[in-house]
Amino acid sequence: MANTMNVMVVSPEQVLFEGEGEMVVCRTTEGQIAFLPGHTPLLAALGTAKVRVIQPDGEFTVAVHEGFVEVTGDRVVILSDVAELPDQIDVERARSAKQRAESELSSDPENEASKSALARADLRLEVAEGVSG
Amino acid sequence: MAGQERVLRRRIRSVQSTKKITRAMELIAASRIVRAQGRVQAAVPYSDAITEVVRDLAAAGAGRDSPLLTPRPDIKKVAHVVVAADRGLCGGYNSSVIRAAEGSMREHGQLGRDYGLVVVGRKAESYFRYRNFRIDGVFTGFTDQPHYEDARNIARAVEGPFLAGEYDLVELIYTRFVSAGRQEVVVRPMMPLDLQILEGGDARPDARDDGSVPASYEFEPSPEEILIQLLPVYAEARLYAALLNAAASEHAARQRAMKAATDNADDLITSLTRVMNRARQDAITSEIMEIVGGAEALRQAKHPAEQALVLPTEHDSGAAA
Repeated sequence: MANTMNVMVVSPEQVLFEGEGEMVVCRTTEGQIAFLPGHTPLLAALGTAKVRVIQPDGEFTVAVHEGFVEVTGDRVVILSDVAELPDQIDVERARSAKQRAESELSSDPENEASKSALARADLRLEVAEGVSG
Repeated sequence: MAGQERVLRRRIRSVQSTKKITRAMELIAASRIVRAQGRVQAAVPYSDAITEVVRDLAAAGAGRDSPLLTPRPDIKKVAHVVVAADRGLCGGYNSSVIRAAEGSMREHGQLGRDYGLVVVGRKAESYFRYRNFRIDGVFTGFTDQPHYEDARNIARAVEGPFLAGEYDLVELIYTRFVSAGRQEVVVRPMMPLDLQILEGGDARPDARDDGSVPASYEFEPSPEEILIQLLPVYAEARLYAALLNAAASEHAARQRAMKAATDNADDLITSLTRVMNRARQDAITSEIMEIVGGAEALRQAKHPAEQALVLPTEHDSGAAA
């Protein structure tokens, strides 16, 4: 069995990544999951999380704000209407969004919009800093 | 005579500056077609992939009773999403979309169905507003360069009333970009989603023709839940593809219209220049005549004795009078 699989990360506006990967790590709505070549066919909804593609010679990281993943044999397709590459992320904006969301949550801890805004900001910072750090 | 020449000269200058504008618009539109076409192409992998996922889910038996997939037996109200442009000067682009929309509304009206109207583009908005149509939603400001966000906003605005049962059918009317030389207005059902036409989307008709039987999938969470999340996204992706097609068509239509305008300006300048030259020639001729006549009259006034030696001409009498 091949030890790599074909991985594609697409958003409606562009193909963010297409190439070979040894492992794909992502988080579905149910929890963290990793795919290795030969994974059983799977279709899952993704949460707001980082997707990592481990390549033979490095790693590709992308922030995915909800989407879907389809695994068929040695092919992994990640679909997301909002997917951001680390260098597309505006760290300053993410920081201020995080602060705003936190202050909103401190006054209204049940606000779903603020919660997801915070999750998005955290993700952006995590992905952006994973590259610079 | 000189007056007419000046008027013509001014007219030519005005046509020339208009020509410069139409020529510039033509070139801009031409360069944008290429970019818009690129965007249409860039959306293909996503729409292929999501189509595949929807099909695999459907093959797994999910969504038999999803309201987004089930055609309603009794259709009382049909929503029309009309995709036109924000700006004019693009030939028949706007009017053909609007005509198709009105035709479709009339057809449904004859079957006793009410209409709903969601307009995209300022031109469509002003048209329908002026004619006192009931407009349920207006989206403007992005038709030449739509983003996915725009598609999502429109999809949400239609999906809510559809799921609430206010609309029983949603039709999408837009201009499909076939090639730089050919665009066609199409009326497509948007909701409920028809799994039969999944194959015939705007992206690529032969997404997966190798006849591979979809493998038995694991689902996380359940197929139904994934489908609930996926179908709206799928509708958005289709709408996005439609917006991109419309944008490319708009640029193509504008380029064609502006090319025709530039050619017309050229013809107009040629014929006006011809008329002006003739007017100038006439003016010069009559001026020469006047000078000759005037000189003759002066000479006669100085030497009245020689008058008998000169043959009388019409100018003599004219200038002397």
